[in-house]
Amino acid sequence: MSNYPKPDAATLLEIYKKAALIKQNDERIIKQMMAGKLVMPYYSPRGQEIIPSAISVSLQDDDYICTIYRGIHDMLAKGFPLGELWAELAGRATGTCKGKGGPMHLTCPSKGMMVTTGIVGSSMPIANGLGWAAKLDGKNRVSVANFGDGAANIGAFHESMNMAALWKLPVIFLCQNNLYAEHTSMAYSRVVEKISDRAAAYGMPGVTVNGNDPDEMYGAAKVAIERARAGEGPTLIEAMTFRFNGHLLGEAGHYMDKALYAKAQEADPMPILRARLIAEGIASEDAVTAIEKEIEARIDAALTAAYEAPFPDVSELKRDVFAEEIA
Amino acid sequence: MTDTTTITKMTMIEAINAALHDAMEADPKVLVLGEEVADPQEGGVMGGTKGLSTRFGEDRVKSTPISEQAIIGAAIGAAVGGYKPVAEIMLMNFIAVPMDMIVNHAAKLRFMSGGQTGVPIVIRTMTGSGFSTGGQHADYLEAWFAHTAGIKVVAPSNPGDAYGLLRAAIDDPDPVLFIENLPSYWTPGPVTKEVVPIGKAKVAREGTDVTVIGHSLMVTHALGVAEKLAAEGISVEVVDLRTISPWDRETVLASVRKTGRAVVVHEAVKQFGIGAEIASVITENLWGTLKRPVERVGAAFSAVPFSKPLETAFAPQPDTIEAAIRAALA
Repeated sequence: MSNYPKPDAATLLEIYKKAALIKQNDERIIKQMMAGKLVMPYYSPRGQEIIPSAISVSLQDDDYICTIYRGIHDMLAKGFPLGELWAELAGRATGTCKGKGGPMHLTCPSKGMMVTTGIVGSSMPIANGLGWAAKLDGKNRVSVANFGDGAANIGAFHESMNMAALWKLPVIFLCQNNLYAEHTSMAYSRVVEKISDRAAAYGMPGVTVNGNDPDEMYGAAKVAIERARAGEGPTLIEAMTFRFNGHLLGEAGHYMDKALYAKAQEADPMPILRARLIAEGIASEDAVTAIEKEIEARIDAALTAAYEAPFPDVSELKRDVFAEEIA
Repeated sequence: MTDTTTITKMTMIEAINAALHDAMEADPKVLVLGEEVADPQEGGVMGGTKGLSTRFGEDRVKSTPISEQAIIGAAIGAAVGGYKPVAEIMLMNFIAVPMDMIVNHAAKLRFMSGGQTGVPIVIRTMTGSGFSTGGQHADYLEAWFAHTAGIKVVAPSNPGDAYGLLRAAIDDPDPVLFIENLPSYWTPGPVTKEVVPIGKAKVAREGTDVTVIGHSLMVTHALGVAEKLAAEGISVEVVDLRTISPWDRETVLASVRKTGRAVVVHEAVKQFGIGAEIASVITENLWGTLKRPVERVGAAFSAVPFSKPLETAFAPQPDTIEAAIRAALA
């Protein structure tokens, strides 16, 4: 890890800005749900903010990502428009998917967010196809497949890793290992210690990093992205992290190891990065506070506009089933 | 430009091969992937893709590991990324393996994204009983897909339609399941290289007494029975559905309105098969015009059996179709 490239001060600040947006947006979503204003299944990414923020600073708009039901952090980091996000969460016609997809199927091709799936393990086979398209286009774009530790036990993971290595696809397999697959801990789902060890079986590099550490995560992502852009093929990154709000918001969480949870909360990456920015003189306390205030204002504007927007017309049931409207 | 004026005689598998060649030639975005599709692996287990990788290169024509989820996933991703992949799932029973990719993703991404992403893939697959292949190599499973919004289902009965429907499927903006009947692969027929629009049935034989509606090999069987019954003065109209979803209600209803009697035939298991939907729509629309209840012919409610007498009894044969026609005329 010591030989990884490190983010410079400006990049570190950029990572914090993305991560702060994710955190504050998550907190606002939960408040709105608790107030009964948003009704949806919500898989909170709170605690996993650093991972997508640290990879996205090395991605372009036209690099592809596929993500999963717990994916709003991946999208916001890559630049998902906040207004369209909130309108979609509110089921409005002005949402990015016209209110027809919801939180588990957010899509924004102009920012490279091609597919969001609600099926564990299904982001990887499709990310391969996007990588194949990118390779045929010859433009050195990459495709990032986001998934969790649970998905590493699904057949599609193995099929996809093998095919990506075989075809030297520009794919980054980004396993966000938050230690629980729904309610099942690692101890109940595998005997190997590291998911990244599985990369060797397919002939690709595999690394396990502390996904909550912006230096490590940025470095591992940059190396993998550069390898993919150079046509050298895929990499598996296992980014260790923790989810503070369980699998599905509202669950009882009895399956959770209380000591593990407490330890993870002590290591919350957000206050740590915030304090570091100030300590290292990258940004003053006032500057960081101003960033956070601006984010709050952006969220205010997005949610206000979302609630004022109309719901989709029922005629939408006949549109987008096929390219041609059905009778 | 593809020559659409010359009539050539080809087998079904030759017509499919020609359609793939012409589509790849016409559009550099057309890709082919699947198990054994490239020439080093003999260009497909039945030779359907023979010659493609030699002519268009192994970047566009890729043999894959036996990884059906990865095959369909790669096709979906490439399609979302602007390409037109033709994925081969060797046998229709194997399609149970990548059902998540097909049903949850290929069929739904356009709707779930509010029209932002389309999935213009074709999934070619072959099936059909008659070769003693037993319970996992010969099923007709079209009803699974006809029941799924967002994917089209086509099933040609002859080489000309196979060519024309495959060209249309490749150029369609939505996913298309292209079902090939294995026992029909080597039956020759005229091919004009005209595109056959998806969603349009064809009156394969005109008649006045009864309408037989079917697809794939059942059309061939029905045409044979119709010829036989003509000698008895019975006039059978045969409608070849060609597209199973979205199906051509107008052509079917116009025919049954004329004859007043209908027999729906498919090789799939009769229970909950597409014949039930077609019979229902006929009854809803032509109640009062029908002279008899709609007859349905389909396979037994069992797995495809191995032993020859059982296999023959399992699937509709010309004599069972003939019996259903006679029942409709009673």
